[in-house]
Amino acid sequence: MFEDFIYVLGKYDTWLWRGFLLTIELLVISVTLGTLLAIPLAVARVSKKVWIQALPFAFIYVFRGTPLIGQLFMMYYGVGQLVAEIDGIQDHWTWTYLRDPYWYCLLTFVLNTAAYVAEIMRGGIQNVPNGELEAARACGMSPWITYRRIIFPRMWQMIWPAYTNDVIFTLKATSLASTVTMMELTGAARKIVARTALPYEAFISAGVIYLIIVYTLTFGFKGIERYLRRSEVRKEPKSGKPKAASA
Amino acid sequence: MLDLYGRGWQMLEGGLVTVQLCLTVLPFMIVIGLLGASAKLSRYRTLRVIGESYTVLIRGIPELLVILLIYFGGTIAVQSLAELISGEETRVDIPAFWSGVAALALVQGAFASEVFRAAMQSIPLGQIEAATACGMTPMQVFMRIKLPQLWRFALPGLNNLFQVLIKDTALISVVGVEEIMRKAAIGAGTEKAPFTFYLVAMLMFLSFTTVSLLVFNYLEKRAARGVARA
Repeated sequence: MFEDFIYVLGKYDTWLWRGFLLTIELLVISVTLGTLLAIPLAVARVSKKVWIQALPFAFIYVFRGTPLIGQLFMMYYGVGQLVAEIDGIQDHWTWTYLRDPYWYCLLTFVLNTAAYVAEIMRGGIQNVPNGELEAARACGMSPWITYRRIIFPRMWQMIWPAYTNDVIFTLKATSLASTVTMMELTGAARKIVARTALPYEAFISAGVIYLIIVYTLTFGFKGIERYLRRSEVRKEPKSGKPKAASA
Repeated sequence: MLDLYGRGWQMLEGGLVTVQLCLTVLPFMIVIGLLGASAKLSRYRTLRVIGESYTVLIRGIPELLVILLIYFGGTIAVQSLAELISGEETRVDIPAFWSGVAALALVQGAFASEVFRAAMQSIPLGQIEAATACGMTPMQVFMRIKLPQLWRFALPGLNNLFQVLIKDTALISVVGVEEIMRKAAIGAGTEKAPFTFYLVAMLMFLSFTTVSLLVFNYLEKRAARGVARA
């Protein structure tokens, strides 16, 4: 049993390593761009004017209400076909990029992450205590400055645990790239299975790598959470009780 | 375009399979979730460790990988088990549908056990003490006190999980179960019209998640009807 593991890990380590790198690349780009896109979406979503919040609402609703694999196929096969039907596009220099699944994957993951993160941010923005907003207005802050100094820092503090979950969700979502022939971690494992017919060894190896990524991320994000909440650190009560009493 | 090149019926059939998948996974998910939550809150360390490691493992692995592992690995496992029992070479085929159900139940059960654990912990301890003082056995406490209230505390979480479940059934198309995504892929391939077929598939999923949302909102209102509002 273990010989097979050693065989798979020894012979196909470069595939798994490249898969790991591609998974991380997809994750980092999707989360970064997705979060940047989510900020204006969330701000528009909490607007009181119907015509401003309607579009982000629809966007978030559609992307959260449909399966990611469908969005990916829609993008890669559906939009890809529409692009391919444009006259002369296949001779154009952009064609190398326009038929590469990589860009379709990234675009789908970015939009999907943006929708989920925007929904979390909406909750965060709406939960900023009203008194703080009133205080900011009383100090003469413009809406823009209020957002920068009060709402966003508060929002990040509140949404961080949910945001961490969402980053992990995106990591797991990148495994879908394997369905459009990308060779990320899951894709590499599938290729190993096709080559060796050793499903346990390949898939479990990939699974362990995913677990390592997830728990490294969780650990790192916990550290950032402590940093975000540094202002809330509770003061130790200075009573005369000996410390050993709690043990 | 409306009859989808004569494949409209096939898409509806796919929709039916998706609904079947969701409804088949649901009871397993709830049972695994309840078992997992009880294990996590158990008095016994071993059970707690098992419960915790189950969720920790499953939540860190992509659903797709679990589906692939069970589909490809499950056949080998069952086959060698059958060979061990019968002592001769046997060929076993697990239908893709059931390996998909098993994978989704395993994944969703892990998330459900978190939901139920939180729900169990929000039941006031005084009620459980009162029930024990009345002489109820732990089983009776569970059936009479915990379970009826669990429902109310767990519904918002289950609402969320069911949404995820509906969307996750699309992943089973990867192992060839002919639900919506698979039917759409077949249609897209043979009719050379991927945009149309995937658009229809997405609209079907969107209507499923919307209906599920409405039903759960109704259930949440219903479950809260006996509760005084603050």
